[in-house]
Amino acid sequence: MQQIVNFIIRNKIFLLFLLLFSVSLLFTIQSHSYHRSKFINSANFLSGGVYNTSNNISDYFDLKEQNKILQEENNRLKSILFNKEAALDSAYVDSSSFSRKYKFTPAQVIKNSYTQNNNLLTINRGSKDSIKQDLGVITSKGILGIIENTNNDYATVLSVLNTTSRISAQLKKTNHFGSLAWNGLSEKYVQLTEIPEIAPVAKGDTIVTSGRSDIFPKGIPIGTVKDFKLDGAENYYEIEVALFNDMTNIEHVHIIENKDAEIIKTLIDKANE
Amino acid sequence: MNSILSVHTVRFLVLILAQALLLSHINFLGYINPFLYILFVALYPVKNNRMLFLFLSFLLGLSVDMFLDSGGMHAAATLTIAFIRPAALKFSFGTVYDHQSIKFDSVDLGQRIVYFAILTVIHHFILFSLDIFNFSKIILVLKNTLFSSIFTIILCVLISIIFSRANKK
Repeated sequence: MQQIVNFIIRNKIFLLFLLLFSVSLLFTIQSHSYHRSKFINSANFLSGGVYNTSNNISDYFDLKEQNKILQEENNRLKSILFNKEAALDSAYVDSSSFSRKYKFTPAQVIKNSYTQNNNLLTINRGSKDSIKQDLGVITSKGILGIIENTNNDYATVLSVLNTTSRISAQLKKTNHFGSLAWNGLSEKYVQLTEIPEIAPVAKGDTIVTSGRSDIFPKGIPIGTVKDFKLDGAENYYEIEVALFNDMTNIEHVHIIENKDAEIIKTLIDKANE
Repeated sequence: MNSILSVHTVRFLVLILAQALLLSHINFLGYINPFLYILFVALYPVKNNRMLFLFLSFLLGLSVDMFLDSGGMHAAATLTIAFIRPAALKFSFGTVYDHQSIKFDSVDLGQRIVYFAILTVIHHFILFSLDIFNFSKIILVLKNTLFSSIFTIILCVLISIIFSRANKK
C-alpha cells in the first residue's frame, strides 16, 4: 500500500498528464461521431455571446453584398408568388383546412467555418426560438446543413462541409437518389454517391434534396454535376457536385422545421418493431 | 508576484480571444491559420508549480476548442507541449536552463527560434493528427503541420520581440 502511494506521489505529474490527455482524447473522439459532446461547443453562452458581439460589428462590412443576395431572393419568391396567384385564381381554396407542413425561421450566422475537416457553424437562434436538433438549415441559394446542438440562445449547425454529414439527395430530372457526403478537400465541391448506374447523369445537371428523410423538403437546390464516374464495382456513380452556395460568404439563413417529422418517425418506429 | 499573476491572466484571455476572433479566420491560401495561443505555454515562468501549469494549459486548449468547435484536440496538443516543455527548454537553452535563470526577454534570438519551433511543430502535429484522424491521410497531416508551423513560428517570434522591447523601456 505504502509503495502504491509512493508511486503515485512520485509520478503525480505524469499521471495528471495522462488523466487530462485521456479526457481531451475522449472529447476529440466524441466530436468525430455524429452527435457530439454536449458541453465543448460554441453554442454555449460564453463563446456564443462573444461571437454574437463580434458579428454585430463585422456584419456591417458586407452589408451591401448581403442586401443584394436578399433582394435576389425576394425577386425569385415574388415571381413564384404572382405566378401561383394567377394559376389559383379560378379554383376555390378552403383556407381553414390548409395547414402548413413546413415552418421557416430566419437566423443569422454568427460564426462560419469551412477550412477544417469537420466544419460547424453557429447561428443566433436557440431552443428559445423552438430550434431543436436535426432541423434543416438552408440559405436563399441552397442547402447549408443540419442543426447539431442547441442552447437557450444559440445553436451549432453541422455544415454539408463536414466529413460526418450525410444528406439524401437526388437528380432534379429523375428520382434516382443517393447520399451526399464531403471528402474534406475543397469547400466548393461535395460528393454524391450511390446513384445507380442506370440513371441518366450528365454534366451540368441540377442536384436537389430528395425529401426522403424528414429533415429537408423535396427539391431544395444543392448544386450542379461537375464531373462523374462509375465506382470500382461499376454499379454506382460517384458524382462531384459544385455547390450553389458560396460557403465562405454566408450570413442570412432559414431553419426548416417539418411539423410531420414526429408522426413519420413514430410510423417508422412502429414498422420496425 | 501579483503583477506576474495578472500579466499571465491577461495574456491567457487575450490570446484566446485573438485566436477565436481573428487568427482562425485568416485562412491564408485557403487553409493556413496560425495558432498563436501556444505563446502562453512558451512564455510561462520556468520556475513553476508543474501541476498548476499542466492544468492551465489544458484549460487554455479546452477554451480554444470551445470557440472553434473542435472537440478536445487543442486541449490534447497544448497539454502535451506543456508536459514536454522542460525537455524543450533544456535542448534549446542548455546550461542556462540548468541554473533555472532564464529570462525570455534576454535570451539569444536563435535559441528562442529553436525553442518556439520545437513546441510549435509538436503541437501542430498532434493537433492535425487528431483533426484529420486518419492514418491514410498522413501526407495531408504533414503538409498542414509544415505550413501552419511556419506561420505560427514567425508570428510567435515577432510578437515576443515586440512585447519584450516594450517591457524594457
